[in-house]
Amino acid sequence: MKISRFFLRIYEIWRFIVQFFKEVFLPPYEYKEIVNQFFQVGIRSLSIITLTGFITGVVFTKQSRSSLSEFGAASWLPSLMAIALIRALAPLVTALIIAGKVGSNIGAELGSMKVTEQIDAMEVSSTNPFKFLVASRILATTVIVPVLALYMAFLGLMGAYLNVHHNEETSFTSFFQSAFMKITFLDIWLLLFKSAMYGFTIGVAGCFNGYNTSQGTVGVGRAANTAVVVSMFLIFIEEMIIVQLSNYFRHGG
Amino acid sequence: MEANAVISLRGLKKSFGSLQVLKGVDLDVYQGENLVILGRSGSGKSVLIKIIAGLLRPDEGSVNVLGQDTGRLDIKAWQALRTRIGFSFQSSALYDGMNVRDNLEFPLIRNKRHLSSREIDVAIAKVLDDVGLSQTLYQMPAELSGGQKKRIGIARTLILLPEIMLYDEPTAGLDPVTSVEINELIIEVQERYNTSSVIITHDLTCAKETGDRLVMLSEGKFIRQGSFDEVFDTDDPRVKNFYNYNFVTDHERTE
Repeated sequence: MKISRFFLRIYEIWRFIVQFFKEVFLPPYEYKEIVNQFFQVGIRSLSIITLTGFITGVVFTKQSRSSLSEFGAASWLPSLMAIALIRALAPLVTALIIAGKVGSNIGAELGSMKVTEQIDAMEVSSTNPFKFLVASRILATTVIVPVLALYMAFLGLMGAYLNVHHNEETSFTSFFQSAFMKITFLDIWLLLFKSAMYGFTIGVAGCFNGYNTSQGTVGVGRAANTAVVVSMFLIFIEEMIIVQLSNYFRHGG
Repeated sequence: MEANAVISLRGLKKSFGSLQVLKGVDLDVYQGENLVILGRSGSGKSVLIKIIAGLLRPDEGSVNVLGQDTGRLDIKAWQALRTRIGFSFQSSALYDGMNVRDNLEFPLIRNKRHLSSREIDVAIAKVLDDVGLSQTLYQMPAELSGGQKKRIGIARTLILLPEIMLYDEPTAGLDPVTSVEINELIIEVQERYNTSSVIITHDLTCAKETGDRLVMLSEGKFIRQGSFDEVFDTDDPRVKNFYNYNFVTDHERTE
């Protein structure tokens, strides 16, 4: 019984995703709501991303210095930080923050709209609640998370630079020349690609749980909670898969 | 389906798990009438109205609305039909992230895309005036009273000029004075917009004031129908009890 329910759930999620792709590409488009969601996801998350990005750069640099100094390799700090931030930390930390901040918000908002019959009200007034509520939110998280991840990588590098400059008196130019020596376009594309995957995951988990909420206010809390837990879990799984695949492409198997 | 019926239900059955809520319901709603469906909580009234609006699917039976068999409609045809049906929710269901103006504009701009912004403004002003709440244009739902929310909910459906109005417990949770105002509004809507209405309620004052014809739902089946007096002129204990607990005061009951 439980196994059949699990597969039924997977099927429902699959249908939800298929419907998203149908609604997002077919007119009419909800331009106003899409812009609103870009603002909600992007601008409203800027302060926390700025703070955590900068701190991540500073702390990670401080923690790495002692190990590298033992081998007389403190000059590798800019490269190490660039590799760490662009290949792993920036997309992952951004996604986890957005999952906690935006994913839970989407789950709770759609959940409460569901239990207060607002979604039914959209449906009976011959409008398309899926297009208005779901497609716009998933699109926003998918597009905005890569932008925020890029922004976090930049801020992390700025934090790292300040720390390196303070300790090793490295100039701005030589720090960034050294940092980008080991970074290729593949790394930047991978950062954007996997951040988009994480954003899509956060959007789908939040919207699916919120849109299918039942059992009143208890269900709303559960939807918000499940949205965060599921998206964080999936982000780590995706990270693991993408790292394996990217290593394959980077080193040619 | 009878000639002047706008809604026709035949052999409607609906279950949730092992609980059978509707056990073969037949009903016709005629052009221009206000039909009240009475019944205790849990008798299946809201399920019935949600089936008519297409929010739930029946397990068995047919639903014919404005000459169309809803079981055979594709999504586009359903959307077209829904512009002709208004639904007033028990909870009002106003979009709480939007002000009153945006709530009213929401269905209008998505269903009548040819309208200019001037025409939209005029339509919004008219429905707000019709429900007597012109001053609330830029208020948020959280700033409105229960009665005002009901009125705005009704205005939001009227803006599409529906031919059928479905009211789910229109007076639930309202004080007696506001309830009377809502009852008067339902009658005004019928007259001004020439609608046929289905009113789901367990409030007998609402039923008496708004209903041209009443049907009583009990345990998933209609057990009485007719005018208010005809429905309650019976010794059926299910009907008697319902009447007594609505209209007879505690004092009279103890006497």
